[in-house]
Amino acid sequence: MAKAYTPGLKVTNRITHRCRRILPIDGEVLVEVGDEVGARDIVAQTFMPGDVIPVNLANLLSLPPADVTECMLKQKGDKIEIGDPLARTKGIFGMMKNTYVSRHAGTIEAVSEVTGQIILRGEPIPVQIDAYLAGRVVEVLESQGVVIEADVSFVQGIFGIGGEAHGRMTMACERHDQELTADLITEEMNDCVIIGGARMTYEAISKAREVGAVAVVSGGMDDQDLKDFLGYDLGVAITGNEDVGLTVIVTEGFGEIAMAVRTFKLLKSREGDIAAVNGATQIRAGVMRPEILIPLSEEEKAHEQESGHSEGLLEIGRPVRIIRDPYFGMIGEVGGLPAEPQTLDSGSKARVLEVALDSGESVVVPRANVELIEG
Amino acid sequence: MNQIDPDQVQVILATDCGSTTTKAILIQKLEGVYRQTHRGEAPTTVEEPFADVTMGVINSVTEVEELSGRKLVDESGRIIQPASGDEGCDIYISTSSAGGGLQMMVAGVVAEMTAASAKRAALGAGAIVMDVISANDKRKPHEQINRIRELRPDMILVSGGTDGGNTTQVVQIAELIAPAKPQPRFGKEFTMPLIYAGNKDAAPLIEKVFDESIDLSIVPNLRPKMEMENLGPARDMIHDMFLEHVMAHAPGYDKLMGWTDAPIMPTPAAVGNILQRIAKDKKINVVGVDIGGATTDVFSVFDKTFNRTVSANLGMSYSISNVCAESGMENILRWVHFDMDERELRNRVKNKMIRPTTIPQSKEALIFEQAVAREALRLAYIQHKEFATTLKGVQQQRTVGDTFSQEAGGQTIVDNMKLNLLVASGGVLSHAPRMHQTALLLVDAFEPEGVTHLAKDSIFMMPHLGVLAEVHTKAAVEVFEKDCLIYLGTCVAAKGLGKPDKLCFTFTLRGDTLNESGEMNFGDIRLLPLGPEETATITCEPSRNFDLGAGPGKKIEQEVRGGTVGLILDARGRPLRLPVDRPACQKAIAKWVDAIGLYPEPEEALV
Repeated sequence: MAKAYTPGLKVTNRITHRCRRILPIDGEVLVEVGDEVGARDIVAQTFMPGDVIPVNLANLLSLPPADVTECMLKQKGDKIEIGDPLARTKGIFGMMKNTYVSRHAGTIEAVSEVTGQIILRGEPIPVQIDAYLAGRVVEVLESQGVVIEADVSFVQGIFGIGGEAHGRMTMACERHDQELTADLITEEMNDCVIIGGARMTYEAISKAREVGAVAVVSGGMDDQDLKDFLGYDLGVAITGNEDVGLTVIVTEGFGEIAMAVRTFKLLKSREGDIAAVNGATQIRAGVMRPEILIPLSEEEKAHEQESGHSEGLLEIGRPVRIIRDPYFGMIGEVGGLPAEPQTLDSGSKARVLEVALDSGESVVVPRANVELIEG
Repeated sequence: MNQIDPDQVQVILATDCGSTTTKAILIQKLEGVYRQTHRGEAPTTVEEPFADVTMGVINSVTEVEELSGRKLVDESGRIIQPASGDEGCDIYISTSSAGGGLQMMVAGVVAEMTAASAKRAALGAGAIVMDVISANDKRKPHEQINRIRELRPDMILVSGGTDGGNTTQVVQIAELIAPAKPQPRFGKEFTMPLIYAGNKDAAPLIEKVFDESIDLSIVPNLRPKMEMENLGPARDMIHDMFLEHVMAHAPGYDKLMGWTDAPIMPTPAAVGNILQRIAKDKKINVVGVDIGGATTDVFSVFDKTFNRTVSANLGMSYSISNVCAESGMENILRWVHFDMDERELRNRVKNKMIRPTTIPQSKEALIFEQAVAREALRLAYIQHKEFATTLKGVQQQRTVGDTFSQEAGGQTIVDNMKLNLLVASGGVLSHAPRMHQTALLLVDAFEPEGVTHLAKDSIFMMPHLGVLAEVHTKAAVEVFEKDCLIYLGTCVAAKGLGKPDKLCFTFTLRGDTLNESGEMNFGDIRLLPLGPEETATITCEPSRNFDLGAGPGKKIEQEVRGGTVGLILDARGRPLRLPVDRPACQKAIAKWVDAIGLYPEPEEALV
């Protein structure tokens, strides 16, 4: 058997990319099919129901729950401002009345005679969705959102933190195997997507945040640096909501590892262009990898599309990256695909492949321990 | 579903639709006995672009078809039923944990009482419990409401109050849930199922709290009295709701439900089912563990009481980094008998997390991964012991005689000395290169005491058999015994602590193939050859500080069974304490690794 399938990360000069921009609940779509949109244009909006605040009047006014309704000064559906009297006890012979003054604004949604609790609903919360990717609206999902399509250069990273961002691409490293250190980050990189080479240091990411960069992309990073930067040890790879001041994307993995030459060259060739980046990573149930999308100009779109291999097919000659020690991070081509399982040093039997490394050396590794460099 | 005459059943087909893989097994009646004969697997097809679970089912069954030479799928892509000649099957059943399994939120009035009972009911029904809301969970009401809004469970279980007791508090819990308007995970048109299993007197009030956005079902109270749990009706309703709502909305399941001869069961519920049946049939106490990439499930049956826990973020790939964070790298490295660079290891752990399908190539990587597994299993078992307790909040009548042994409610019912069978499943245990590694992983992590049989689920067949037990118990039990479990052997371990190299126990073994006697000093571990199907009688006399089941210093005599590993005599003491000093710890581990023969040099290996 000379063929096998294995997943890989996409790195390509040109691809027609679609992204879905969906509201969390139904709302209003503001654009139409065929519209050209910019990355920051709002394409849909809605209002989320406001926050809910329960207020137990029975406890607060020392009343039996059943008496709360008749002591209410406002009724279900009424709007309340902070400081409005909500309820008043009858007192003793009309004297010594207790009044509860609201500490929250909102609308009375429910009054319970069982618990003496009222539910206040705050103002609706507006939610807007931007286009994220500059391109053309190709589908409107009624009341939900849109699908945007654009021809882009596309790089998938392996891991990221932080959410969506946009900025001009700027190179900080000259070589793919150059470490990204703090001295390579300058004030001019404000609002930019900084492209490094090999491992990025904690000091470099911190400096990028200081100068106001929107994102940093590099080959690797130390887990200890990630922990220091986040302020906690990341347990599971579900990211994207970190509030750390910028988006960080690792293209290869953790440790001392250089960015793949192909990825570096591609990003370098697009220096100065505006990119949309997203660090959100989710490894479980519907894999999501961080991404760098760089829309193509009209003249670039006219160029021939590069021909590629069949997606996911592990075949002789295809570029692969070894993703587990003892050869972690090494890049080469598939040199052979022996059919019979072989015994590994660990004692396990597994199907393997031969990888002809860029250095000229040939190594044998389990098929599970490589990924294709897709393009 | 077809009416089945158990005596006529010759061929059974079962599938388990997992998150990533759909596994099919074929069971056939051979010379009057049911045996598992072939298996196949294929990627699960619940997610886009396929979005139809039956495609993965048919693909896995087609593999079985090719291996067995038996035609199981017809031209229209349906499973052929009933069997005739070389075609079809008499029973087709399936379990499912695809799409993340059954995810639930539970609520109760008091965290340690009704909320704990509700959690037990949900876990027992095979659910992942996303959060437990209670009046005393230390969150403010608006924080609880926000949390309910954030979650997107498949269904909600609410309990609270004993029958005839106070109704206000459970209504208050319902009043937190109603305005939060929880959204279900699947389908916008789908109304959120909510099961109420609390104080029966509060049921009419609960009905008034919820509007049409909630599909309310009322079942008998799961804690009708403080000293009594009644989890059955709530569990049954969870299963019904799982089929009616969750499964019906998952892609392709409406079709799959039409094919099966028994309701589709959540995978963990099926595993729990078969373990309970085995415990009941054999009158034994059982612990089962399934360690996966993201979670570790522990099941136990002690004195007929079943418990299941899911340690949500203890796993060997997606969650490996969390195991290291929770346990601490120093606790993991104590199981490794050579030096490793911690910074480098941290990077390796994260690389495994982001590329979860990789496998250890070098022996060093395998040893480290198995060290992580020990800690994941150990932590999951601690969580299980803390959860599997006697009921809390029960008033106890005491006599003067109880003065010195006052046991409060909430004591764990997990007793390693009473444990008879420990069953392992999940990649790191099932696919270890040597079964010796699986056996010692179990012993190190679970620390069984006295005499305990060790086994592993050969090809993760327990889910299939769990649901089969519902329609054909005989077939399920026969296959479980003959093909599902691979007996690794028996562990005989002394409880207690002593001084190094001082006598822990003496032993004498009498059997057809093994006749030996000797002494075990504190700190020793030994492996004696006792093969599959072989048994021997062991007589042990512990020193006065040690207990092997009959009490400190008291002799035991018991039959032990062999297996693919053999008989492990463990005098390392319980609780198992590793030397704190790193070099001394490495030395101890190296001695144990050598004694059991964990990592021999492979004859021809890739370096």
